[in-house]
Amino acid sequence: MSNIFVNIDNISKSYGDIQALKDISFSVDEGELFGLIGPDGAGKTTLIRILITMLLPTTGSATINGLDVVKDFKKLRHLIGYMPGTFSLYEDLTVEENLKFFATIFNAKIKDNYHLIKDIYQQIEPFKDRRAGNLSGGMKQKLALSCALIHKPDILFLDEPTTGIDAVSRVELWDMLKKLKEQNLTIIVSTPYMDEAELCDKVAFMQKGEVMEINTPQQIVEDYDIPIYAVKGDNFYNLLLSLRRMKITRTAFPFGESIHLTTYEELNENELNKIISEFSNQRTETKRIKANIEDCFMAKMLKNK
Amino acid sequence: MRSILIILRKEFLQIIRNKTVLPMLFIMPFIQLILLGFAADFEVKNLNLHVIDNDQSTYSRGLISKFSGSPYFNIVNFSFRDEDGMQDLKKGDADLIIEIPTDFEKKLVNRESSPVHLNIDAVNGVKAGLANAYSNMIIRDFNLELLQKATGKVLVSPIGISSVNWFNPSMNYSTFMVPGILVLLMTMVGIFLTAMIVVREKEIGTIEQLNVTPIKKHQFIIGKLLPFLIIAIIELTIGLIVAKLIFHIEFQGSLLLVYAFALVYMPVVLGIGLFISTFSDTQQQAMFISWFFIVIFILMSGLFTPIESMPDWAQKITWFNPIKYFIEFMRMVLLKGSTFKDVTPHFVIMAIYGVVINALAVWNYKKVSA
Repeated sequence: MSNIFVNIDNISKSYGDIQALKDISFSVDEGELFGLIGPDGAGKTTLIRILITMLLPTTGSATINGLDVVKDFKKLRHLIGYMPGTFSLYEDLTVEENLKFFATIFNAKIKDNYHLIKDIYQQIEPFKDRRAGNLSGGMKQKLALSCALIHKPDILFLDEPTTGIDAVSRVELWDMLKKLKEQNLTIIVSTPYMDEAELCDKVAFMQKGEVMEINTPQQIVEDYDIPIYAVKGDNFYNLLLSLRRMKITRTAFPFGESIHLTTYEELNENELNKIISEFSNQRTETKRIKANIEDCFMAKMLKNK
Repeated sequence: MRSILIILRKEFLQIIRNKTVLPMLFIMPFIQLILLGFAADFEVKNLNLHVIDNDQSTYSRGLISKFSGSPYFNIVNFSFRDEDGMQDLKKGDADLIIEIPTDFEKKLVNRESSPVHLNIDAVNGVKAGLANAYSNMIIRDFNLELLQKATGKVLVSPIGISSVNWFNPSMNYSTFMVPGILVLLMTMVGIFLTAMIVVREKEIGTIEQLNVTPIKKHQFIIGKLLPFLIIAIIELTIGLIVAKLIFHIEFQGSLLLVYAFALVYMPVVLGIGLFISTFSDTQQQAMFISWFFIVIFILMSGLFTPIESMPDWAQKITWFNPIKYFIEFMRMVLLKGSTFKDVTPHFVIMAIYGVVINALAVWNYKKVSA
């Protein structure tokens, strides 16, 4: 049984009439890589900002390592590492100067915590005299992560770190997070990309200020009980429109090269294919598949609508 | 203290990196002081005069030669018709018209009074007033001569006026302007740069990152403002050197007192800059709000128009104008040699102002980021 590190208790936040967060409660274990998944406007950033002591909750409370995010914010700020969604380091300072600045304001020495950032920082070290503004997007992010880690935080918050980042950098970032997790760092990361949920130990799926589900990605997939099929056809767009018109169809969404079709009843692959083929007037290929995490979230999102 | 030093170090690093701000900081005061110090001159010389001499007599020529001999007038045209004169006035070629009637000499010789008519372009009130006054002086002089000639006696005005120009004996305008312009420079650095540089952290998002660090708000603010206090003091020093070496202004009072006042004054303008920054989310907004205040402060500072000639309500507004106090102070101490006792009210007012505006700024800063 692992220790609870972050405990969120009935947190709500409203801006005037708009309720950004509605009664959120969950906990994160020590050393866990926890994902906040949800579309834009779900309240992920608001929740993170409350946890990093930047925003006061309207009601409810939260603790990190037993410290209250409102009352003990001074102590907490030493324990928290935060990487905001937009690059927010000094573009007119060099890579090294940025790192040094953030180390010194935490009263830390780069030398002492170098092991923490070594893997990440080594990749940008050849450019340490370059101004941060002149770095590429991926390098900027590595620098931001280094700066967020240099004071050896106990918990790291990343707000949509993969938004607007190319596919290679995304993979790299998740690799870095996995390595950091090995050092027993608790990590809370928010992302709008549902496929990234699989990379987390546990995810909270958020929508419209509410947590729809909290579970391990494996469990979420296992709990999925709607018949789902992958359908391929010659005329992709026509096929999609046809599927959506069919009575047996619950949902149909394009997913890569195929269309993921969910139905109200479990049907035989071949029979279903025949029906679809006739209905859409083209050669099709239908396969019963196992749902992936995105299918699960799609279903949950629609249920909530 | 340690945190303040860290921020301070970073700020200076950024200022040094900035390719626009750094040169501006040191070239600006130099160029502006020299440019404005020499150019700003309220004395009106070279008034363009259009002469309509309908008499063409010895007396009329005598009067005209008085005008042409004066350093204040510059005869641009002669004519015999009112319309020609008005034409020049309308085009702006002439600032005033003097019209001498046909029987000017005849009337004077017959001991009658003869009018001389002046038409003055009064678009610029100050200039018109001076043109009127100068012309009156010349005509009065000429009158006196005529009377002497006619009576054969040496006439003396019953009341003789003797005046001495104190503190600025040669009525040198740069002596009057330069200390004031110096104040404007320091104020501009204080308000503009402070407002912009604090907002910049908001605009580029670094404040997000800083706010989650253990740095306290007051440390951040002091670390942000201190560089500009130091820069303003350097500007003051450059300005005083320029005033001394280029404008040859004799400093009557204690320079130590000037520096002491600058140290009380700068927190006021830095506070105003900070206050503006709490209302702005972008540098553009900060720039606009700063301009709003700076223009009012400068035009109501007494540098260009005397505060005494403003309406009563406007004079009351100037009580809240920090520039007014510093310009007054500079003129008193540098030109008149006033001592601490004379300027104690200035010190007290600025100190109170500084405390109030900074308290407001910090209060608003907290409110906004809560």
